[in-house]
Amino acid sequence: MPPNPNTPGHPIPRRAFLGGSALGLGSVALAELLAANSAQAAAPARTHARPRAKNVIFLFMSGAPSQVDLFDPKPELARRAGEPVPESFLAGLADSLIKGSTRLMPSPRTFSRHGRCGMQFSDFLPELGSCADDLCMVRSMHTSVSNHDPAQLLMNCGVPQFGHPSMGSWVTYALGSESANLPGYVVLLSNSGEGVDGGAALWHNGFLPSSYRGVTFRSKGDAILNLSSPPGVAPESQKDRIETIVSLNRFRQGARPDPEIGSRIRAYELAARMQLAAPELLDLSQESESTREAYGLGSETTRWFGTHCLLARRMVERGVRFVQLYHSTWDDHSDLNRKLRTNTAMTDRPAAALIRDLKQRGMLDDTLVIWGGEFGRTPMTEVRRGMVAGKEGRDHHAFGFTMLLAGGGIRGGQVIGRTDELGYHATEDRIHVHDLQATLLHCLGLDHLRLTYRHEGRDFRLTDVGGQVVDKLLG
Amino acid sequence: MTRGTHLRNSMLAAGAIAVLGTTVAWAQASHWAFRPIRRLAANSPRSGADGWIDRLLDERIRRGGLTPTPAADARTLLRRLFLDLTGLPPTAERVDTFVREFGAGGPAGERAYLAQVDELLASPHFGEKWARHWLDLCHYADTDGYLTDQARPHAWRYRHWLVEAINRDLPFDQFTLQQLAGDLLPDVAGETSADRIDRRIATGFLRQTLSNREGGADLEEFRVEQVVDRTQLLGTVWLGLTVGCARCHDHKYDPISQKEFFALYAIFDNADEVNLDAPLPEYPEPTQAQRREVERERATILRPVAEELERLQADWERRMLDAARIPGRDHLWDREWEVLGLVWGGGQGEGQLEGCRIVELGRARRSPEQHARLQDYFLKSAAGRYPQEFKRLGLAEIRTRLERLSAGLPRPPRAATVVSSPIPRQTRLHRRGDFRSPGEVVSPGLPAALLTGPSPIGGGAPARLDLARWLVSDASPTTARVTVNRVWQELFGVGLVSTPDNFGRRGELPSHPELLDELAARFRARITQRAGGMDWSMKRLIREIVRTRAYRRSSQATPALRARDPENRLVARQAPLRLSAEAVRDSALLASGLLNAKIGGPSVYPPQPPGVSEEAYGNKWKASEGADRYRRGLYTYVQRLSPFAQNVTFDAPAGARACSRRERSNTPLQALTLLNDPVFVDCAVALGNQAQIAASDGDLGGVARLFRQALARKPEPAEVRLLTGLLQRERSRPGGSATSAWTSAAAVVLNLHEFITRD
Repeated sequence: MPPNPNTPGHPIPRRAFLGGSALGLGSVALAELLAANSAQAAAPARTHARPRAKNVIFLFMSGAPSQVDLFDPKPELARRAGEPVPESFLAGLADSLIKGSTRLMPSPRTFSRHGRCGMQFSDFLPELGSCADDLCMVRSMHTSVSNHDPAQLLMNCGVPQFGHPSMGSWVTYALGSESANLPGYVVLLSNSGEGVDGGAALWHNGFLPSSYRGVTFRSKGDAILNLSSPPGVAPESQKDRIETIVSLNRFRQGARPDPEIGSRIRAYELAARMQLAAPELLDLSQESESTREAYGLGSETTRWFGTHCLLARRMVERGVRFVQLYHSTWDDHSDLNRKLRTNTAMTDRPAAALIRDLKQRGMLDDTLVIWGGEFGRTPMTEVRRGMVAGKEGRDHHAFGFTMLLAGGGIRGGQVIGRTDELGYHATEDRIHVHDLQATLLHCLGLDHLRLTYRHEGRDFRLTDVGGQVVDKLLG
Repeated sequence: MTRGTHLRNSMLAAGAIAVLGTTVAWAQASHWAFRPIRRLAANSPRSGADGWIDRLLDERIRRGGLTPTPAADARTLLRRLFLDLTGLPPTAERVDTFVREFGAGGPAGERAYLAQVDELLASPHFGEKWARHWLDLCHYADTDGYLTDQARPHAWRYRHWLVEAINRDLPFDQFTLQQLAGDLLPDVAGETSADRIDRRIATGFLRQTLSNREGGADLEEFRVEQVVDRTQLLGTVWLGLTVGCARCHDHKYDPISQKEFFALYAIFDNADEVNLDAPLPEYPEPTQAQRREVERERATILRPVAEELERLQADWERRMLDAARIPGRDHLWDREWEVLGLVWGGGQGEGQLEGCRIVELGRARRSPEQHARLQDYFLKSAAGRYPQEFKRLGLAEIRTRLERLSAGLPRPPRAATVVSSPIPRQTRLHRRGDFRSPGEVVSPGLPAALLTGPSPIGGGAPARLDLARWLVSDASPTTARVTVNRVWQELFGVGLVSTPDNFGRRGELPSHPELLDELAARFRARITQRAGGMDWSMKRLIREIVRTRAYRRSSQATPALRARDPENRLVARQAPLRLSAEAVRDSALLASGLLNAKIGGPSVYPPQPPGVSEEAYGNKWKASEGADRYRRGLYTYVQRLSPFAQNVTFDAPAGARACSRRERSNTPLQALTLLNDPVFVDCAVALGNQAQIAASDGDLGGVARLFRQALARKPEPAEVRLLTGLLQRERSRPGGSATSAWTSAAAVVLNLHEFITRD
């Protein structure tokens, strides 16, 4: 290895998610290994400050949900329906997506107040509305790019280009995992027809070691890639293979001491434990009927996302540090009303069930939950495709959108920021994506300016060259 | 870098510099990497012909009070050499022969070693192995990237060129000239048209940039991203500098101003993307007669509507050009122009903006081929603008007939290349890195810190050609240094400069500055000029390094070495290196006898677990059939958004930015892959079968066979005991059999740390 500025003097010790035990497999049965969970778990990591949250569950709504139809009611749009956006709103903007003659479009939805705090939600989100007092609604988010792919990269990796570590990678790099049997950073994908735009780059480790890459749990085939033994290989045979591999590697290590052989042995041990632990994790029959019902597992519409929400809770319970759910796509260029109905029907109930369930189990205090997409949608109707009456859509919009936060050090029951009367620009308490990222790290006890990694001669960080912790969000 | 204030970061940087205590040295204009390359004194005993590298290394080792490791044993050495030079391990037979010849020692042993080196340098697999590093640098892929990530079905043609160029040891100066400016090089006497096409295919190096074809993507924004990418590639690959930092502001650490970044950018700003026919002997191409026949037939089909079609298309072009000039007046025509730039050649990997360029060129300046292609596009796409005319003239039917006509012609592969733009762009600096805020006009040029004399650019030749010529001239301080450093890194695990992409002030200093410089100087010196000159030959360079004692040392670190020089900066030992993603695959296929060693050709789709490819927007993965399932990893289709699972797991780069040094991680997902991935399961079954046959006289024969095939050595008694134990348990298990037992044993051997490590 070359001199690595990322090891000595780094404010945070580098940790592999394997922990560092010398526990062997040759003489220990796998079941015992599973029981050794706590012994193997990574020791509490050093943080920069007292952490409020231990874990993160990020419900990433890929494709950009429409804030003016879900969270940020704009009666003015109804009054000025069909009018062009006043020039004053466009001054100084040169966004490629504002070309042409767009017209203001009122929301087809109605809003009502929820909870003691009176937070407003669209009628498409009654369940999330019922969690209002635990939620912090940020209406003044803004971002720097308005194409899906770069914007998703910016939200997840802090930079609108490929090749940088994602939030989950940064967090597990800093804090390690608390699970001996599962990866520290897990990604779950669901959709209403189309996959996630940004693909694997969004949960990539970038220039961090690949052990910090998000591991996708999949809905089809193995939950973890190649988790199942090959067809026809009995569990005892597989176990025997792994034990023999470990024994042979150990023999080799005796003859030829090399720390990489030790790492290899531990990797096989964890692989074996994952093969055993994952089915237990995935076995939702252990959950009570009422829990399964709450997450919507009984309904075709909510089952997919509901399963992921329930798994997210189970993963956090088992020490997974960062769980990210991707639901795609909210990219409603046309037929917005119908598509919004589809996506909210799939996700509203499970997302709300997750927050309630975490709260009820006392887990919400140290689990930060985030809901939102890469940007918002225009207050105007889409002009490029389909002007069919009743099938209007909205275009990409970077200047003002809404996200939800809960738990993990966030003060619930409050609305932060506002947009102008048309919902065009965030005007008050503007929060850039980098500010959100800085705040997320802060909740985990990490200083976004000090969590750096030297690469290509530069100290990189999640928030690139921006970011400021938003105190107003904190409890 | 994104826009924004960098105040906080600069403060951090100032702190970091102070800690290192070299602020003063760094503030000086002359950074080591920008100074001319210095040779050792010619009459010094240190620079003698043989063993000069070892002498320089040994001096430092002695001064450091370290004892180097002894020479590696013959088997380990041969395996190292095979894997380093060809990416494939040696067969057991080769090991036997080598152990016999080399093991004799003395001059005969030395001759045997060098003969082995030469043989591997001449192997066609040498080009495959070393092409992979270059593909990491230019971030090769078979798809566009971004949202739609469409296929580039001809991308492989560049890779094919690359493997071939490396195999014939195209000198690195030519290699550089052709890839940066192959389209601009003057014709050489005796050159064939195939040679000329070949040089242009080389510019495919600059075509590995991503293409954004997502609806709504701003055409200029993503063209700018491509030019920036090319500029950064120049920085990483030849300058060893992270020039991209200067896109938004003057570089904080290196002497590159923002204006100088845009001077480099200007060199590539006028490189337009164009694909061309790139025939290969094994692919049929149309004869001249066939071509003439198709042209005649096309004219016949078009004759009845020719005039009206011309008029209509002229109107369409005029309206789009108006919209392009002053957008915002009519969104339908804004959109028409945008769509032309987004969909042109989509799914074919053609230059995205080529259609727009052809329109801008105007009718009079188009080639007949350009005219026909634009006409085809018009017929296919403009019906919505002119529904009545299309109907009246029956253009839909004409389009179908034309398509049928061209479908009848054999199609040679196409190659992605660049050409000088026929309509030159004037480059302006982008304020804060934002192309929407154009600043002053910038001419092509090089950063002053890299120059000792007058600027080599602007003498009348195209800037891209001037740049390439300067890079391979004696005036460039960086090209030879960064190149020999990357080769050193491949052969030792870490370069003499451990930050191969950054020789700037934030990069690491060279561990052996004299060695780096002398090697660089010899690499680029003419053979006739000076003893030890290599004429830019990569093969000579590699030969010079692998013949050293340093290369042949044992990789087994002693506790003392580990404690005193944990990062092996003094090269007192070799390094055990986990094999690359491709070499892991290739080794398993070779050991099990499944490898299809075919060289070159289109990318293939080996089996992988279901659902991997579908993680991103609309991708599908249909596994290849037959022998294509077992090609070398080099040929696996590179889908940018949902890369091949095994490659991801074993640290192959994502194909988005230049990668000059791969990570070598060690994770449980790698274990799961080797245990359970379909390809490795196939390998275990095939290898198990061979062992079972060899076990007719008992388990020992089978176990020996496994070790011989996979590790090219005999098993130790303890290893035999462990594997025979596994065999016995597996055979006696309900449902177990001799076959399942041997498959299990084979799987175990293919999973060993030793198997995926080059010691």
